[in-house]
Amino acid sequence: MRDVIIIGAGVIGSATARELSRYDLDVLVIEKESDVCEGTSKANSGIVHSGYDAMPGTLKARFNVEGNLLIHKLSKELDFPFKENGSLILALEEEGRKGVEELMERGIKNGVPGLRIVEKEELRQTEPNVSENAVCALYAPTGGIVCPFGMNIAFAENAADNGVGFIFDTEVTDIRKEESESGDIYYKVTAGDEVYETKIVVNAAGVYSDVMHNMVSGKKIHITPRKGQYCLMDKTAGGYVSHTLFQIPTKAGKGVLVTPTVHGNLMCGPTADGADDCEDTATTEAGLAAVMSRGSLSVMNLPRVTITSFAGLRAHEDGGDFIVGEAQDAPGFFDAAGIESPGLTAAPAIGVYLADLISGKLGASEKTDFIATRKGIPGVAEASDEERAALIKEDPLYSKVVCRCELVTEGEIRNAITRTLGARTVDGVKRRTRAGMGRCQAGFCLARTVPILAELLGKSEEEIEKSGHGSYYLDGKIKETL
Amino acid sequence: MAEIKKDLVIIGGGPAGLAAAVSAAGEGVRDILIIERDIRLGGILNQCIHNGFGLHTFKEELTGPEYADRYIKMAEKEQIPFMLDTMVIDLSFDEATGEKIVTAMNRTEGLFSVRARAVILAMGCRERPRGALNIPGFRPSGIYSAGTAQYYTNMEGKLPGKKVVILGSGDIGLIMARRMTFEGAKVLCVAELQPYSGGLKRNIVQCLDDFGIPLLLSHTVVDIKGKRRVEGVTIAEVDENRKPVPGSEVFYECDTLLLSCGLIPENELTNKLGVKMNPVTGGAFVNESLETDIPGVYACGNVLHVHDLVDYVSGEASAAGKNAAGFLLGKTAPENDGTVINIRTENGVRYSVPSVVRPSFMPDTLTVRFRVGNEFRDKNLSVYLDGKQLMKLPKRIMAPGEMEQIILVKSKVEEIVSENGGSEHELIIRVEDKE
Repeated sequence: MRDVIIIGAGVIGSATARELSRYDLDVLVIEKESDVCEGTSKANSGIVHSGYDAMPGTLKARFNVEGNLLIHKLSKELDFPFKENGSLILALEEEGRKGVEELMERGIKNGVPGLRIVEKEELRQTEPNVSENAVCALYAPTGGIVCPFGMNIAFAENAADNGVGFIFDTEVTDIRKEESESGDIYYKVTAGDEVYETKIVVNAAGVYSDVMHNMVSGKKIHITPRKGQYCLMDKTAGGYVSHTLFQIPTKAGKGVLVTPTVHGNLMCGPTADGADDCEDTATTEAGLAAVMSRGSLSVMNLPRVTITSFAGLRAHEDGGDFIVGEAQDAPGFFDAAGIESPGLTAAPAIGVYLADLISGKLGASEKTDFIATRKGIPGVAEASDEERAALIKEDPLYSKVVCRCELVTEGEIRNAITRTLGARTVDGVKRRTRAGMGRCQAGFCLARTVPILAELLGKSEEEIEKSGHGSYYLDGKIKETL
Repeated sequence: MAEIKKDLVIIGGGPAGLAAAVSAAGEGVRDILIIERDIRLGGILNQCIHNGFGLHTFKEELTGPEYADRYIKMAEKEQIPFMLDTMVIDLSFDEATGEKIVTAMNRTEGLFSVRARAVILAMGCRERPRGALNIPGFRPSGIYSAGTAQYYTNMEGKLPGKKVVILGSGDIGLIMARRMTFEGAKVLCVAELQPYSGGLKRNIVQCLDDFGIPLLLSHTVVDIKGKRRVEGVTIAEVDENRKPVPGSEVFYECDTLLLSCGLIPENELTNKLGVKMNPVTGGAFVNESLETDIPGVYACGNVLHVHDLVDYVSGEASAAGKNAAGFLLGKTAPENDGTVINIRTENGVRYSVPSVVRPSFMPDTLTVRFRVGNEFRDKNLSVYLDGKQLMKLPKRIMAPGEMEQIILVKSKVEEIVSENGGSEHELIIRVEDKE
């Protein structure tokens, strides 16, 4: 019998695993995809919200504000890219001023520090490219930008370093509530070909969290996947704005954001389209056009240098708030369901909250040998010449550039594959090192990354996949079919 | 960090870098260093195993590797030093000394810098990716740039897919349609957004027509299906505004989508140096000597503007090498008298290389290359200098996929310039109707 099974290795599952790994518990994370951070966690705005948006008293408000504080701290302890660049919520017409004032009031109630209203002149000084139509803005200094992959991966690696088990490519297909002879409730979780017995289940299954919950609880929940489409722009446009620019919703619709990313690109999005398919992460012509046209409302002459576009699905629960905690009619089954925005920001706070409840319930004690810090992969691109020279001296492969656009070396790629919970797919390497994320979008480095993966994983190049489950690149040798 | 000094550093050991090096050495520059990021010299030619290279330069048909080998042999003969597997990561200009500081790294030297009196930029170009085209749909594996597919097929002997749709009729896409057919894949069609091909006519005939592969002009990919691997693409016709025509969509079941939608000069280092760039070409602005606005920094080949034929790359690079040698050895033309001719392109002509000519620095004949922005049939190509018609060349067909050129004769240019007097002159290249 295990202590805890966590379903899903997204940012919520991984944050919870990391917090649970402080305790003397047997924890296993089961993930249906080939890597951590493969669902909603990989395709979102990468924003660390300050917490003015959610209604006071909601779980969204609480975990947002707590999560924001935690990310400031954890980004240093777990070495993932985060920048407190501040958020500006723009009123793009005089009517929007009321919305700005409402948000400020709400933010103060939620405990968001430093909020103030910035008038047109100051706004233009801090953001010279802001739209002429912006009359004022709410300034939230604690808003930030984070690498969503980097944070998720850091949580998972640190959890694994502290003894949490992870299994991938394994889908949970059944969960049954059972009662032992002594009357204790436990669960039988069917995943792949195995049935795991566990005292506690954490449901961090993203857009599938209703499916998991409804297997054991009579109090049904319902998730609607909501598609958000984004355009990511070239680094030449990365400095176009320095803050994250939101829009006060107008009659024309809910706004999109224009933001620098923590890696120096410019990003615009998301749309909010209803989707009925939990796997439908396809972008649409109309969606991408809407992203750019709505983004153009926030800034003058939005640069049109898209290098890639993508869509993610947010898990919207009918009730509108996060569902976090023990299911009423299923003791030991803990939900983290309906985690849509501001879920990325909230993740570490949800992790702490659930770990407290679960460790309390199990009467677990804290480990004495908990490893609180984790070191990321050294990045040659952002290192100083002195740091570069030192890295190369230690391992000459840090001089061998594989990804030219993002200046990623073979040393970094090998590190990404061989470290704790290392990359096993090309996307895994990409999300750990940024190889292939630049303006040529892996046109050059793909053929250099695949052989390194093959060598270190002991596979043939034909077996290397983009993201698992049949996403192969190479289809045999030339002339084989002739 | 170790620091060395060189007279001439050439960034890139592909066709442009090699020809520039050989030419500079031929002029008497000895202290040269070619820095190449790949593990061999020759650049992209190494994966271009089809023939058709060298008709202009060597008067025979060579394959890409054979063509590269000719220049590698010449460089070896001149004993020009080169570094392989070495990446230049920074380029800056020391205004006090006029030196260019090239920062690079490799496995044997680690991180090092070279102070160079002159630099020739020869970094080539890269392919436009899917994201830049904003093709909607899923993001599965099986979407390759034509060059990546070419690398896999020709360098690694591996097939990137078996049932292929190609978007874009750039030359590499056309070449790959034929190559993948040879290697056992089925190429369903080539879709081209524009009403004309982006590649050379001879490639359409030899790579598509000869194999019965349809070229769908005014068509584009509007959706990509397949969560894991490409399962198919939807192709639609586009109207005159390049917008998909509703109802014209056709689904093609395939496992691979190749993209051949244009090449982009790879000018990250040029930008770091702060050279003035031409937004039309994506390369630097250069004068008749192929010199950028930073003295002693030259550009040639695809990093300057994308070429169709390697022969022209070699020619341009030879000129750059010769001019860099002139700069280094002080063999430049008589005192610059300050006279400049600005080249203006209009009425269908998109750009020219060079964009500025100083008559006193001109060789006896100067080749000016350019592209048109649309397909033109039975037109004149007219050239005016200070309002006086210099040339009127009847053209049966001009297309964006084929680079055009004119040759300016120094004596003629100087004659008109001195007649008109003054230091600022204008040369206009334009497309005109036949009378």
